[in-house]
Amino acid sequence: MPEKKIRVLVAKPGLDGHDRGAKVIARALRDAGMEVIYTGLRQTPEMIAEAALQEDVDAVGLSILSGAHMALVPRVVELLRKNGQDKVRVFVGGIIPDEDAPKLRELGVAGIYGPGSLTQKIIDDIRNSVRQAA
Amino acid sequence: MNLHQSVLQGDRLALARLLTEIENDSAAGQQALNELFKNTGKAHLIGVTGAPGTGKSSLVNQLALHFRNPTNGDAARRVAVVAVDPTSPFTGGAVLGDRVRMRELSGDDGVFIRSMATRGSLGGLAAATAGLVQALDAAGYEIIFIETVGAGQTEVDIAKLAHTTLVVNVPGLGDDVQAIKAGILEIADILVLNKADRPGVEAAERALLGMLKLGHPTKRTIMHHGQAQTVESTDAEISGDMWIPPIRRTVATDGKGIPELAEAIAGHRLHLEKTGDWKLRDRARLESEVETLLQQSLVSRWRENVNAKKYEAMLEQLLARELSPRQAVAAMLNGDTAQ
Repeated sequence: MPEKKIRVLVAKPGLDGHDRGAKVIARALRDAGMEVIYTGLRQTPEMIAEAALQEDVDAVGLSILSGAHMALVPRVVELLRKNGQDKVRVFVGGIIPDEDAPKLRELGVAGIYGPGSLTQKIIDDIRNSVRQAA
Repeated sequence: MNLHQSVLQGDRLALARLLTEIENDSAAGQQALNELFKNTGKAHLIGVTGAPGTGKSSLVNQLALHFRNPTNGDAARRVAVVAVDPTSPFTGGAVLGDRVRMRELSGDDGVFIRSMATRGSLGGLAAATAGLVQALDAAGYEIIFIETVGAGQTEVDIAKLAHTTLVVNVPGLGDDVQAIKAGILEIADILVLNKADRPGVEAAERALLGMLKLGHPTKRTIMHHGQAQTVESTDAEISGDMWIPPIRRTVATDGKGIPELAEAIAGHRLHLEKTGDWKLRDRARLESEVETLLQQSLVSRWRENVNAKKYEAMLEQLLARELSPRQAVAAMLNGDTAQ
C-alpha cells in the first residue's frame, strides 16, 4: 500500500491581503505530492479549525503578514485541541519577529518560516513532523 | 466506541476520520461502511458538474445556503458537500481550492464540506466517492452535493452517483458548448446557465435549448415515452411522465436565480419519486457499485493463486507470438498458470 497521503490546510488568518506566499507554499506542497486544501484570504481561527476538522488534515499552515500572529496562532492551536485534533501539526509563515518565535514554539508550533525560507525545508519539516505525530 | 457508532451519534471528527479511512480504502473504513450501510439511502444526492471556471463551487455555496435557510417556508436541511478536484498526474499532489468559494457556510454545524483529490485511479475514484457519500448519508446529511470538474468519463461516472445532476454552463463559451454537447450534456437533469449577468446569455440559452431538442431522441426519453416518434412532438403533447431538463439562469456570486434553481431541484426529486425513477436510480447505482467491487475482488482473488514463473512463461509465449492475448486469458482462466 502506498504511504498515506499527507493532507495540509493552507490558510491566511487575519486581515492582510497578501496571499502570494500562501500560494507559493500551496503549490510547493502539491509538487511534493501532498494534498493541499487551500482556503484563501481572511479566515477566522474558527473557520480554520472547522476546515481542519472536516478535512481531517495532518498539518495546518498559517500565513500571517499582519503582525497579529500572537493573537491568531494561539487561538487556532487552542481550537484544534478543543476539537480533539491534538496531532495536527501547525506551521507558521510570514513576518514573525524573532522574539515571538519561542513563545509560538512553546504553544506547540512545529515550524516558523520567514522571508527567504526554502520550500524544500518546509516540505521536509512537514513530512518529518507528520510522520512523528502518526 | 467504534468509529461507526461515533459517526451515528454526530461526532464530526469521527466522521472526518472515517472519510479519510474510506479514501485510503483501509480495512477500518470498509468495516465501518458495512455497519453504516443500513443507515444510508435517505439523502438526496445532487451532482454538480461543468467546465472549470463556470462557478460550480459558488453555486453549491449558494444552494447550500438556501437549503440551510429556505425562503419558502421549508424546514432547513443538513447539507454536505464532496468537492472533487484533480490530482496532478506528475507529482501525485493536489491543490483543493473549492472551499475558497464556500466560506459563507463556515460556522454552521448543519454543513459538512470535504475536499477530495482524484488520486488518479479510475474505478477507485468512483468507489471512494460512493463511500464518502454513504458515510455522509448515514451521518444524517439530507442533501449531499458531489462537485466535479466535468471534463471526462471519470466525472460523468461520479455524477452518475447522483439522483439529480446539474450541468453548469456560462455564456460565451461558444464552440466549447459544442464540444461538451456529446458528453456531459446528456447526463443533465437540470441545466444551469451561471454568470447570467454576462452578455451573450440569450444566445447561450438558445444554444442549450437547441441541444436539448436534439438530445431528446435518447434512450432515456424513449424508455419513458414508449415510442420514438412522439419525441418530435410539441410540448403540449409530451406526457407528464417525461422529465425535460429545465434551464435555469443564475448569478452565483450574488444569489440571483438560486431559489428558482432550488425549486427545480425539488421538482426533479418529486418527479423521480412519482415515476419510480428514484428507486431505479438507486438500484442502478448499487448495482454498478457491486459490479465494480466484484471485478476488483475476482481479479485479486485470482491473482493470489497465480504461479509467478508460469505467468512469466505465458508472457514469453505472448511475446513470441505463440499465443494471442485472448488465448492466454482463456488458458489462465483454465488454471494453466495456477500454483
